[in-house]
Amino acid sequence: MSQEINITTPLDDATVLQLKAGDSVKITGYIYTGRDAAHKRLYELIKEGKELPISLAGQIIYYVGPAPAKPGYACGPAGPTTSYRMDPYTPAMLEQGLKGMIGKGLRSKEVVDSMKKNKAVYFAAVGGAAALISRTIKKSEVIAYPDLGAEAIHRYYVEGFPAIVCIDAYGNDLYESEPPKYRKE
Amino acid sequence: MRKVEAKEISEKVKDLFLEANFHIGKDVLAALEKALEAETSKVGQDALKMIIENNRLASSEELAICQDTGLAILFVELGQEICIVNGDYTEAINEGVKMAYKDGYLRKSVVDDPVFDRKNTTTNTPAFIYTDIIPGDKIKITALPKGFGSENMSALAMLTAAHGAKGVVDFIVETVRKAGPNPCPPTIVGVGIGGTADKAMVIAKKATARPIGISNANPKYAQMEQEALTRINKLGIGPAGLGGNTTSLAVHIDYLPTHIAGMPVAVNICCHAARHASGEL
Repeated sequence: MSQEINITTPLDDATVLQLKAGDSVKITGYIYTGRDAAHKRLYELIKEGKELPISLAGQIIYYVGPAPAKPGYACGPAGPTTSYRMDPYTPAMLEQGLKGMIGKGLRSKEVVDSMKKNKAVYFAAVGGAAALISRTIKKSEVIAYPDLGAEAIHRYYVEGFPAIVCIDAYGNDLYESEPPKYRKE
Repeated sequence: MRKVEAKEISEKVKDLFLEANFHIGKDVLAALEKALEAETSKVGQDALKMIIENNRLASSEELAICQDTGLAILFVELGQEICIVNGDYTEAINEGVKMAYKDGYLRKSVVDDPVFDRKNTTTNTPAFIYTDIIPGDKIKITALPKGFGSENMSALAMLTAAHGAKGVVDFIVETVRKAGPNPCPPTIVGVGIGGTADKAMVIAKKATARPIGISNANPKYAQMEQEALTRINKLGIGPAGLGGNTTSLAVHIDYLPTHIAGMPVAVNICCHAARHASGEL
């Protein structure tokens, strides 16, 4: 039975392990943004054994490249981007203690295996619900790689960010389990 | 000859991209509401509710519906009796795109070099412009901001006559199945059949902008649209790909004459944020 759960960041193992695929969550606290270009840079630093500009331990990364904020708004429209493009870089980041990812779409087997090993969770946000989601982002600041513009690593303070546990730390995957229930062909 | 100032074109292009990015079409909204009534998956219903609420919020506050405000695609029908003065056609369109993406707080998503530098052009230009020269002295412009979650799921098959209508529908359904949750379902599936490999994809993209509820005028193609849609909605992918009966809102097929040896089929998927706006000068 799916549950509705409020969680706060940073995440510890106990919080991660209670989340099951299908649960609705509302996330409150600081989360970081990152997409293709930022992931590539973080990955290269990890491979070179260098220090990262942010500590990933216990953190959530939101795969997003927001639109610019209009005056009077903390953040521009900010819906999830497609996650598979981050797959090649993700296991290395999970090894650094990353506990959560928010995006949309399928993940590779390597990512799911690493999530199980490192006790991490993948949340799905509704793609294209960008204006609505941005209302839960109360503060936004650039933390690293300002030269990347919309792709820079931002730190958001979110209140009640809506997401669904899509792949849990046990490897259960909603994208695998749900569509067959409605498949008629 | 009718003289049109380049600046008028820029202003029109700007207005159309702002309209497209903020205000979802009534046809799309109606189709989403209808889908919500028919959807049996709880998660699917919740996703559709969020999508509908997001569309309303974006429209009322003039915010981008989706942060991926896309590559700027334009389909232009340019009357041959038009003479553009005080500027050039392509520049005028790019200028309009620049203004829209700056003034509308839209994301600039264009990189200059696809393989190496991938440096953002910071203006969301160049625009990608398809121009047809038509009789008359009017310019009709359709602005279509195209996000890449769905664009990345495009597919082309160089089928042959032996594949027939069933082969075409099989390829459409298989393309949508493979795309799964990635193109932000419920989608609108544009299909171009015939012409050449490149032309098939262009008419597929243009077909995504056809109003929902209007079928191909040729009943045989209209039947293929219906058949493909029915089969797609049996795949179970559902809203946001989290399971359900609503995977696509519409399948729009257009076709062209083609070579005796071939039957190109192009599929260009558009996410539920099916943004486009048309206007005339």
